[in-house]
Amino acid sequence: MRPGFTDPVQDAQSCFRAVLEAMSRPGRVQVLPDGLNPPAALHPATAAVLLTLADAETPLHHDAGAEADSWLRFHCGCPLASPADAAFVLAAGQPPAISALAQGSDEEPERGATLILQVSALETGHGWRLTGPGIAQEHRLWVEGLPPGFVAEWRAQRACFPRGVDVILCAGHRIAALPRGIRIEEG
Amino acid sequence: MSEDIKARRRWMGLLARSSHNAIRARLNDAPPLPPHSRLRGPETGLVMLRGRAGGDGSAFNLSEMTVTRCAVTLEDGTVGHAYVAGRDRQQAELAAVLDAALQNAALRPALMGAVVEPLAAQEAEHRAREARKAAATRVQFFTMANMR
Repeated sequence: MRPGFTDPVQDAQSCFRAVLEAMSRPGRVQVLPDGLNPPAALHPATAAVLLTLADAETPLHHDAGAEADSWLRFHCGCPLASPADAAFVLAAGQPPAISALAQGSDEEPERGATLILQVSALETGHGWRLTGPGIAQEHRLWVEGLPPGFVAEWRAQRACFPRGVDVILCAGHRIAALPRGIRIEEG
Repeated sequence: MSEDIKARRRWMGLLARSSHNAIRARLNDAPPLPPHSRLRGPETGLVMLRGRAGGDGSAFNLSEMTVTRCAVTLEDGTVGHAYVAGRDRQQAELAAVLDAALQNAALRPALMGAVVEPLAAQEAEHRAREARKAAATRVQFFTMANMR
């Protein structure tokens, strides 16, 4: 078993701040500090985000294998759930369809799931054009390692707004977020 | 419950009810402890104690208790846990290391002999002494019901 955060309080707070920044400025990449040595299936950023957000009250679904499973259950203490019931869904490999996850309801849209997608690279300056709340003009974000149908699924969920799924993209030590109100244009 | 779990439950309980100094004193006669790294803690928090009113009542929250816990891992991957009443972080860490080391069949006999059994004897002696003290002050009440 590998250890979690060296200083659980400080590290989780600085990671929470990074997630908050990423969520409020969609498409801007935040770099998390070094120092976490998670199981091989998880990138340091993915592991840090889960250690920060998941706890005993947030059911988690993941596809990261047995070592990551025992590590997450020990350090986060989170119950495991099916994709449809989970508050956080970690996809290290092929992600589940966005429509298969918890969407929340019109009265309680905050009950929609957060999808944590582990991708191979995140870069700003080229790639997708993002517009929406939190973005003055547009942000460019280039994501490597997403399945081909992701953008189409993302557009489809806009029809259900305010219901929907938020996405946190993690690659290495870098994170970026796509809250559900964001429009993605390829090009 | 398997014998292994019973034995582990016994030594975890003895280490938790002992004190840092008492365990440390016993370690002088024991083989050196293997190197370890901390997985979690030692950290202090509150645990809710639940009680049951009468024989048929549902569980209710009796009070909160200060508990210090620690989890460590040895180089071979064995994980040791300790939950100790109070705020003694050193005791929690030492108890967790001993719990991990005692799971190793090669180290267990020496550690059981040097640490766990003396602690058990100490605890049994303490309990017997307290019981003798209490027995010396016992008062017999006679009522009409049992004088008949």
